[in-house]
Amino acid sequence: MPASVPDLPAVEFRGVAKRYGATPAVRDLSFTVARGEFFSLLGPSGCGKTTTLRLLAGFETPDEGEIRLFGEIVNQRRPYERDLAMVFQSYALFPHLSVERNVAFGLEQRKRPAAEIRDRVRAALELVRLDPGVYATRQPSQLSGGQRQRVALARALVLEPRVLLLDEPLGALDLKLRKEMQVELKALNQQLGVTFIHVTHDQEEALAMSDRIAVMDQAEIAQLGTPAEIYENPRTAFVADFIGEANFLEGRAAGRTERQDDKAAGRQEERWELESAAGAFKIPATTGISVGDDVRIAIRPEWLDLCAPDDAPAGENAVPATVQGLAYLGETIHVRVALANGQIMVIALRNEGQLIKPLAWARGDRCMVVWRPEDCQVLEG
Amino acid sequence: MMNPRRGILRWIARHPRSPGVLLLGPAGLWLAAFFLLPILILLAYSVMPRGAHGGVTPGFTLEHYRRFFDPLYLGILRRTVWLSLLCTIACLLLAYPTAYFIARSGRRRNLLLFLAVLPFWTSSLVRTYAMIFLLRDSGLINRLLLDAGLIEAPLRLLYTEGAVLVGLVYGALPFMILPIYASIEKLDPALLEAAEGLGARSWARFTQVMWPLTLPGVAAGCLLVFVPSLGSFVVPDLLGGARQMMIGNLIQNQFGSARNWPFGSAAAFAVMALVMIAMLGVIRLNGLDDTGAEHGTGPGRGA
Repeated sequence: MPASVPDLPAVEFRGVAKRYGATPAVRDLSFTVARGEFFSLLGPSGCGKTTTLRLLAGFETPDEGEIRLFGEIVNQRRPYERDLAMVFQSYALFPHLSVERNVAFGLEQRKRPAAEIRDRVRAALELVRLDPGVYATRQPSQLSGGQRQRVALARALVLEPRVLLLDEPLGALDLKLRKEMQVELKALNQQLGVTFIHVTHDQEEALAMSDRIAVMDQAEIAQLGTPAEIYENPRTAFVADFIGEANFLEGRAAGRTERQDDKAAGRQEERWELESAAGAFKIPATTGISVGDDVRIAIRPEWLDLCAPDDAPAGENAVPATVQGLAYLGETIHVRVALANGQIMVIALRNEGQLIKPLAWARGDRCMVVWRPEDCQVLEG
Repeated sequence: MMNPRRGILRWIARHPRSPGVLLLGPAGLWLAAFFLLPILILLAYSVMPRGAHGGVTPGFTLEHYRRFFDPLYLGILRRTVWLSLLCTIACLLLAYPTAYFIARSGRRRNLLLFLAVLPFWTSSLVRTYAMIFLLRDSGLINRLLLDAGLIEAPLRLLYTEGAVLVGLVYGALPFMILPIYASIEKLDPALLEAAEGLGARSWARFTQVMWPLTLPGVAAGCLLVFVPSLGSFVVPDLLGGARQMMIGNLIQNQFGSARNWPFGSAAAFAVMALVMIAMLGVIRLNGLDDTGAEHGTGPGRGA
């Protein structure tokens, strides 16, 4: 394989499309992944994320577009000619081979000397924190889910691939183990400098591990960005709803207002005033809005607060509501309220210790939902 | 009088672990009456002197077993084993690709499986007679070859070893396809993709992943083909004639026209011994328990 130019991206998709029959699995997919990046493809089932991974792995061939690895077009290359390795959702360990033979499989195909295979298998098992002395001779059926996961990882990493593909690698593990493996995968990514492409439907997992996330919906990338960008700046209702929890409000743009109370900062920020059946509220001035437009915004539950009906802080949005119920989640308490138009919103309040300082709200209480005008995201479409 | 149903229920209540064994009762009784008992009678016949007009006379002798080692009968035995082996190998070579194709053909799978077992819908006798019409001197094959000018005189197809083999394979093929299909169908396609991703070319994927993991199906299919082939007598009788006798024909003759029941019994036990050997071979290959098929491939049962 010719030496690649160092500044070329590890992975590049240019206008890639794949159809199954008449149904597009992915369409006009373009993105790049930098070397060493931990890149997640996130989306609900059927959004095209697995197809994207399989296209990259070489198990599918694109109908249109180019797939490049380190600058070279690989559209027609067989999976084993791409210098990458994959961890399958089901792990796909060979059930008739011991752990050792599973990990050695790729090296055996490459006809490496026996001594080298032995050393590298041992090192790979140690890398994924499986004691070779204990596990090398076991059969996959004798391993727990977490251990199988590690063997699958070792089997891929032993080949020292330049790109590691992970297809829902943690999906089958229980919550605690999943969190542990998240940390370990991230650490491996940083330690080895290998580019990780990770497919998941678990937004929390994607946020926790990724350098960047491509949120996919209906065969396309809905939004691509860092976890903070995706979470705090969702561009569409789909992204806002899929990543974390979101409340949606719709209003009609009534006019611009000057912000009055920030003279200390020396700024005169503009606001749009929106009217809705739930009450009037302000949003940051956004280009592309004119009077009379319907505007949709998303607000995260933790950006909202509750206060007594006559106690709303000046300069913040406040709409009247009635408490519908509480959900105790440990770290936070979710308060469900109904607005004047009947719409339900969820407010996440920090749990300050119910035994010491119980929450003041109860079902049926009248209240105001308050938030700062800038703590919302104006959605497209 | 005691109600038998209540009696059984009381027995189950007293032996809480036993209901499972009870379920075997009906089949066990059936086998005892219609399999075990006749076999024992056969065993007894095989060591008793022959009666003047069929049947046996009291006494004990091993002459029938000794007689079996006559070169004439050993030749029949050798041909039987040889033809059964050839039939098994031919079935395997034909069935494996077929089963693979069926297992990987998505929605048409059930239709193809149905077609594979379609020959079962007619009696084997009818199928074998149909084969005669195909193979005889004035049969379809010879006529087509003659008409095409490829041969000048009809080929001798019927009453040959080849004809017997073709007939045996025809009847046995579905028994090879079905178990192999089942094991290929069960094989996780991700295993083959994983092997490819790790650098295994198609032949390596077959020999190192697919073949070892479908071996239980192959072994089952071989057994299901080899054992009935050993005992077949209709096919060699109709397609092989008197010169291509298999051991099944010998046994049939002894019980029928030859009226030598003890020798027929001894020959039957010789076949049974062969079957046992074949079974032991497969069990050694496969393991007696089902561990070959029980390999977990998926995500584990917790951590």
